[in-house]
Amino acid sequence: MSGAPASPNPDDHTRRERIERRVRDTDGRRAALYALLLGLVAFYLAPLEAGLMTAFKTTDAFNRTVPFLPPFGGGFTVEPWEIAFDAMSNALVNSLLLAVPATVLSATLGSIAAYGLTTIDWKYQTALVALFIAGIFIPYQAVLVPLSRLYAIVNTQELLSFLWGLPLMHEHYASIINLIVTHTAYGIPITFLLFRGYYQSLSHEMIEAARLDGASVYSIYRNIVLPLSKPMFAVTLIYQFTQVWNDLLFALVILPSGGGAAAPVTIALNSLTGGIVESFNTQMAGAFVAALPTLLVYVLFGEQFAKGVAGEA
Amino acid sequence: MQRLKDALRRITPRNGDETGEVRTDGGATVTGESAESETGTGRSLLSSDFLRSMPFWLPPFLLMGFFVYGAIGWNLVISLTDFEGLLLPEYKISEFDLEMYREAFSDPSFWTAAQNTLVLLVAFTGVCLVVGLLLAILVDQEIRFENTFRIVYLLPMSLSFVVTAKFWAWMYNPEIGMINVTLRQLGLDFLTLQWISNPETKLAAVIFALIWQFSGYAMVVYLAGLRAIPTAHYEAAKVDGASSLKMYWRVILPQLRASTMSAAVVLMVFALKAFDFLYVMFGNNPGPAADILATMMFREAFGSNNWAYGSAIAIVLFGMALAVVAPYLYSEYRRGEL
Repeated sequence: MSGAPASPNPDDHTRRERIERRVRDTDGRRAALYALLLGLVAFYLAPLEAGLMTAFKTTDAFNRTVPFLPPFGGGFTVEPWEIAFDAMSNALVNSLLLAVPATVLSATLGSIAAYGLTTIDWKYQTALVALFIAGIFIPYQAVLVPLSRLYAIVNTQELLSFLWGLPLMHEHYASIINLIVTHTAYGIPITFLLFRGYYQSLSHEMIEAARLDGASVYSIYRNIVLPLSKPMFAVTLIYQFTQVWNDLLFALVILPSGGGAAAPVTIALNSLTGGIVESFNTQMAGAFVAALPTLLVYVLFGEQFAKGVAGEA
Repeated sequence: MQRLKDALRRITPRNGDETGEVRTDGGATVTGESAESETGTGRSLLSSDFLRSMPFWLPPFLLMGFFVYGAIGWNLVISLTDFEGLLLPEYKISEFDLEMYREAFSDPSFWTAAQNTLVLLVAFTGVCLVVGLLLAILVDQEIRFENTFRIVYLLPMSLSFVVTAKFWAWMYNPEIGMINVTLRQLGLDFLTLQWISNPETKLAAVIFALIWQFSGYAMVVYLAGLRAIPTAHYEAAKVDGASSLKMYWRVILPQLRASTMSAAVVLMVFALKAFDFLYVMFGNNPGPAADILATMMFREAFGSNNWAYGSAIAIVLFGMALAVVAPYLYSEYRRGEL
């Protein structure tokens, strides 16, 4: 498998013959392996590649060309990108205003909760841990009706009316604040789980030593645990940013019908004229506009994320 | 903030603050410390450790608890009413009943949706695990550019359901979609299908796209599991003359149980969120062939204002999730992982 030399084997074949055969076999097998891996690359990238090509074609061009080939012989256009970007630029700002605070808040709250429930032991804390973790597995359908009712009663826009006179503030930010609070709350279980696994693996001696030196639980967190949490914060932030950026369901339920001025990119993309054949290039361009931030995050930090998921950050 | 900390410090000394502990313990060792906390936990719930940890977990817990457990409780109450679209239901305990559940259980479209939900959960999770394991084994062969391959396989997971639904709606388009056009180019016209408008292939097409999106996740989990198996086990199998296939089946696979469990649970969570995908692809009503409880619940509650009926369906869905997750959490607890 790994090509490690096997123990010498006194067979009737000459040594040279055996080595030659093994090299040949290995080469054949390696070639097949790489062919398979590349075939899989094609499978996983095909929709993205074909979508990208389509987004650069005029309507006429994608009707007469092969979907995954670039627009040879004319028919190249950036118009779909301009249309999509115009239609979604406001939503991009909304998604950013929503995803960044929600991500940071839920990561921070998950971190302190995990710290409180790993470094200090008391009776029944397992029950509390179970309640935190079970939150990950809640199907969101089970909370949608209450959420929609809650935000029908709580008028954030009125509560924060003193804000709307300030420069750069808009009334539709009230809906975004509702979404931030919601995403933060539902993000806590998963960030808690990620941080808890990490804190359990931290050296207990170091924390114990700091305790004996008279450090309070707060200064231990601030001066020792928090600086050590950087790799896990990276993982959590990547995961949560992707989750919040990609969410459609909460936006559908919590925002006014159709999303209004507060619509994030998922809603804006969904409402880019669907169904009509002519608009496929625009829709593909829009899909890339909406996906670009998370795609970038994965390409740049995917390795770190994979390690974090595997619990080896 | 500083005032809050001072206040907390003033509370804690009564139950033994940090400096006090150091003084009483003297040069306490780790064992001394754990012995002390054992007696401490035996005393009462309001031990000093409980109070010291509370400022950390209480605010996050209140926020999460309100939105998760509070909301589920509220949803449960609504499902016992016949609430149909004023601002809030009237809560008359004497009038609470299981009418909505009776209605659901006697509704054929509910059973169709429940069946589709199960098919989606099982088929999606099962195939994702198999594909993920195969990917992990392939990537684990000491290949070059391993990181690149891994990132490519994981890449679709970074996309939102909205984006993947847009891509696959186009892939599946019968006239100009990539799948049918490619098949025609290859002269395989007889294989072209109306992938997502044909009831027989609709759900399978959805599941296939979701597998495309999430099998990379299963790969990542399995890869970590494979790497955690000591090389000695591979060597031992090889010395015993086991073929690669036999080695993976008999020696490696049984050791990947924990990976399988955790990947399966997370994949099921993704499957429960497939609502977004279906909603973008088919709108409010995917039709009986692909309707799942999540889409049915949304349609009833937010499309037709049948709030109580939607809530009841949501509780059924919650029960399904609980049936999967509770045994998992319990087994984690038994293994001391919780």
